Amino acid sequence: MIEIKNLSKTFEGSSQVNALREINLSVEDGAICGIIGMSGAGKSTLLRCISMLEQPTGGSIEIDGQDIFKLKGAQLLKLKKSLGVVFQGYHLLMQRTIHGNIAFPLELVKTPKAEIDRRVDELLELVGLADKGEDYPSQLSGGQCQRVAIARALASEPKVLLCDEPTSALDPMTTRSILKLLQEINQRLGVTILIITHEIGVVKSICNQVAVIDAGKIAEQGQTAQVFANPQSQVTRQLLEMQF
Amino acid sequence: MTENIIMLAQGTGETLYMTLASVLFSYLLGLPLGVLVVATGKQGICPHPKLNTALGWAIDIGRSIPFIILIMDLVPVTRAIVGKAIGATASVVPLVIAATPFVARMVETSLEEVDHGVVEAAKTMGATGWEIVTKVLLPESFPSLLRGMSITTITLIGYSAMAGAVGAGGLGDIAIRYGMHRYDAQMMNVTLVLIIIIVAVIQFGFNQTARAIDKRAR
Repeated sequence: MIEIKNLSKTFEGSSQVNALREINLSVEDGAICGIIGMSGAGKSTLLRCISMLEQPTGGSIEIDGQDIFKLKGAQLLKLKKSLGVVFQGYHLLMQRTIHGNIAFPLELVKTPKAEIDRRVDELLELVGLADKGEDYPSQLSGGQCQRVAIARALASEPKVLLCDEPTSALDPMTTRSILKLLQEINQRLGVTILIITHEIGVVKSICNQVAVIDAGKIAEQGQTAQVFANPQSQVTRQLLEMQF
Repeated sequence: MTENIIMLAQGTGETLYMTLASVLFSYLLGLPLGVLVVATGKQGICPHPKLNTALGWAIDIGRSIPFIILIMDLVPVTRAIVGKAIGATASVVPLVIAATPFVARMVETSLEEVDHGVVEAAKTMGATGWEIVTKVLLPESFPSLLRGMSITTITLIGYSAMAGAVGAGGLGDIAIRYGMHRYDAQMMNVTLVLIIIIVAVIQFGFNQTARAIDKRAR
């Protein structure tokens, strides 16, 4: 589903930062892939490139066979629809109701109102917030806000869900319920999920694939169970040791 | 006594008319200007450094011109638009020209307060620049924009009083004619009290509204 080839990203500034160096990564259709690494390793930059918030300086990213940086206009919009993004800070519209927040991506593609209402109700049901439609984000807890963000990301029926540290701001119990929701979404809807995280626990709990990133390079990747049973790189070993 | 009350009532009416008309037009001009500054900025939806710098300069120069000089400099323009150079309606022209750069800066500040992450989320969903402005930036900054409008309105009340010095009418005109030219301190103080009351009511009104509509307050 996702093919990343020789992806590089360099930030020019007072000093040059090579955030990503020739990343090669393959995520299977329907997989839940965890990308784990220390702070500053390049995880968020990788996600920002895939979600097209950043332009890479080299290499390519293919989603469902399409080179995403070669798309324009209607095709590009269609691709953005097929990608749902969930952020660590939820990033909901504070002046809109929960219903309005989930409806937002559907409004962007001019979905008729009746269809929007139907879909929003469906999604609220899916994430377990059926009675919260008319509330505002400031009235919800962190975990509930993240559920709304997930519902919003799923509104346009994406094939891929990109999650940037989705549970890093949540307590352990809420983390577990969010991960369970993501797993359910993967199983029921067949959505490929990419999770950026710095917590081994998150990867162990729902990811069947994992890629360990260190200083802009992939240190190792493969099936979770194998990589963790037999870590080949120093970084993986460190991460495993430092679990809480 | 009655004539004084009638005069004060008329003066209040003129002050309110000048203020409200100026707020309306300065927002009609200043809001798009503020949006343009934010859009062309470094973090904006379509960065354009040269245009951004030029706009910044124009706004800052506009804000530096002392209002009393602006009124006089603009007499030909005022005459061209309104037909005359004195009176409440004529004063609206320099008031709007003075307030527009101020409004642009207030709008810029309000829009830049919007969480940048929310703008990015909208980008990932495929929102165009225009959609980001109309569906994210403006609605999310609305309470802040209202507070900015409160500050602008009160500032303009003060400016309209200055315009009173050159025959604009309103409470400032009365204060200057009686206070400065006739040494009637009592009349001047009465107009001052009226102005203070108007400011207090407007401030209260805007604050309550801004708080009531702000969905971030639990």
